[in-house]
Amino acid sequence: MLSEGSSFMKGMALGGIFCLLLSLLGSFTPGMQSSPEDQHQHHHHHIKAPTNDELQSLSEPQMVELSQKVRVYCVIMVQPKVLVYWATAKDTWGKHCDQAVFYSSESAKALEAVDLNEQDEWAKLHKALTHAYDNSGDLRWFFVARPTTFAIIENLKYLVLAKDPNEPFYIGHTVKSGELEYVEYESGIVLSYEALRRLVNVFKDAEKCPERGRSLWKLSEEKQLAICLKYTGVFAENGEDTQGKGLFNSKSVGSLIEDGMSKNSLDVVEGCCSDLAITFSGMSPNQMQVMMFGVYRLRPYGHNFHDSLIFLPPEGSDND
Amino acid sequence: MKGLSGSRCCFYMGFLVGTLSLYFLRQVWFEMSMKPDVLGEGQDSSVAALSKKRQASDSNNWRMEGATLINLNHPHHIGEDSSVADELYRKVRILCWVMTGPSNLQTKARHVKATWSRHCNVVVFMSSIDDPDFPTVGLGTGEGRDQLYWKTIRAFHYALEHHGNDADWFLKADDDTFVVVDNLRWVLSNHTPEEPLYFGKRFKPYAKQGYMSGGAGYVLSKEALRRFVEGFKTKVCTHTTSVEDLALGQCLEKMGVLAMDSRDTLQRETFHPFVPEHHLTGKFSKSFWYWSYCYYPIVEGPRCCSDLAVSFHYVDAELMYTLEYWTYHLRAYGYRYRYRPPLSQGLVERQAQTERPTVGTAGRGRTPAGITVGGDGDQSKAESGAKPLSDKGGKETLGKIPIDNNRTAVTQERQG
Repeated sequence: MLSEGSSFMKGMALGGIFCLLLSLLGSFTPGMQSSPEDQHQHHHHHIKAPTNDELQSLSEPQMVELSQKVRVYCVIMVQPKVLVYWATAKDTWGKHCDQAVFYSSESAKALEAVDLNEQDEWAKLHKALTHAYDNSGDLRWFFVARPTTFAIIENLKYLVLAKDPNEPFYIGHTVKSGELEYVEYESGIVLSYEALRRLVNVFKDAEKCPERGRSLWKLSEEKQLAICLKYTGVFAENGEDTQGKGLFNSKSVGSLIEDGMSKNSLDVVEGCCSDLAITFSGMSPNQMQVMMFGVYRLRPYGHNFHDSLIFLPPEGSDND
Repeated sequence: MKGLSGSRCCFYMGFLVGTLSLYFLRQVWFEMSMKPDVLGEGQDSSVAALSKKRQASDSNNWRMEGATLINLNHPHHIGEDSSVADELYRKVRILCWVMTGPSNLQTKARHVKATWSRHCNVVVFMSSIDDPDFPTVGLGTGEGRDQLYWKTIRAFHYALEHHGNDADWFLKADDDTFVVVDNLRWVLSNHTPEEPLYFGKRFKPYAKQGYMSGGAGYVLSKEALRRFVEGFKTKVCTHTTSVEDLALGQCLEKMGVLAMDSRDTLQRETFHPFVPEHHLTGKFSKSFWYWSYCYYPIVEGPRCCSDLAVSFHYVDAELMYTLEYWTYHLRAYGYRYRYRPPLSQGLVERQAQTERPTVGTAGRGRTPAGITVGGDGDQSKAESGAKPLSDKGGKETLGKIPIDNNRTAVTQERQG
């Protein structure tokens, strides 16, 4: 009797240790050499939009320089079977990118996109980002999204206005999964030039950052991206407005309003989302056209904002 | 023999139990470390506490006079310059009355109260029965479609009798209409309430000058309202039909009130009888009644609707808040709107802003424009032939722009 009991206890103890060992091995903790310029990145995981005071403290030439630097290359991952989303992104928010390039898993008639000839999600992202880096010209900020996401690029520019793209930035709506903090794909991913440069570099290292996920540990592409970036010392940061409200949303406005209404909150509109939100997701193509009206046109007469920059409307467009 | 295999078995079982229990413990530990902050609101979940909070916030916005809500402050927004809107709020006073009923108070009227009606100078919710808590006025009618014109007649009589001096214009809306009251003030700002005028979504059949759609909301000038009430006193107008908007239109026509064109300076409609999605993306089938009703040509697609839209209809609760968010909250930072109509006569413009850098956007590798001289300053240059007038306040007035009733003023659609 006693021997059985003690065997049981020994078994339990060993089982516990075994489990802990497994979990330690399972969660990647890549060896980091925290170089001086990266040290501050470890502690800051929120990026806040600049306040009015911060912007007004900048001199005129500084402002001009910043406004010329803040240009966005949009990487939009499309699939031929949902052609209407490609057409909608092209006709709506994509027009506000300095350059919008569509990347497709395969070619299709009428689809103007870079054919990646690839079905695996991570491999697609891998190839698309490499292509974007090689073709970025003098654009220094990269925004990665699916065409089901709606983005307000002007607000993205505002968020990163005072940030140097030669520093590594990896911004969006961050999610923590165990030890890993990654940016949610659905609400859009922002990368600075430096972050992308480092990423393209670590792509060469198939050990750290394989082009195809190992079948045993198949991770989602958003997590894979975070891991690869982590190897290069780039950490995910949550994009927020000056009040701390998240700027990247994985739901639509209607859905967020619905949440507010069911929570019976006092001010449904105030509690919904930021005034300078950057992304929403989960809208139909028609709803995206309505968003264009809601964001770029509908407004109450007589309410003016004296913003520090002016963004001109794109040429040849009538829905914004 | 038996004892040995028994203890082995126990060992394996223990191993399994240990592994599993630690695994679950670890999961729970991660869940707890990832738990988001509990918001303060979650603690005040009791209904009583919530309604008390609501009442407290309401009393900051409104003063109750019987069943009428007198607006105490024009809602403002952080970081905005609402000087023009504030001036219009003072000069173009609007009484909004909302057609509702007892069964709709919590499902519809409540959301109107929480959103657009806060931008009116005076708000009255008209129902068949008095409700001192909401509050609503009891018109002493029944409920139902056949009572609509009776309610309308009595509501307008109530408005003139109790608040004839509190407002210049009188808006009727349904509890599923969304109104951008600031844009309504812009539409009305070039007209005087002493003239007999009325604005709305103009329909053409059954009346010589047409009539305004009830659901999209319509507005009467003070003189028009006086004539409406007078018409019933002198029996020129009576309860002819329960089709409220048509009946009202016919009465006003008899009393010499003019049906006006409420379209913007680019001939785009401002009052809309359907939701934005329907107008912007829908295709109206050619057999649909709408085609034969509209006074002005129907435009489908983005040009259907003015940037300064005034109303939409068939708006459910979720869309009410969504529209309020789009109108008053969500914007694209620094975006220079394509449509920048001239200020109305008699309004003042503050000194133009200092220089701000301008960024051109959009594909084809266009290089951004460098600094251009000040944003708002451009507007005054664009109105060619404008003569600066000085007003009593000593501030500069934007030049007087000749605008006739058909609003064919100098337009502002400049290229990118």
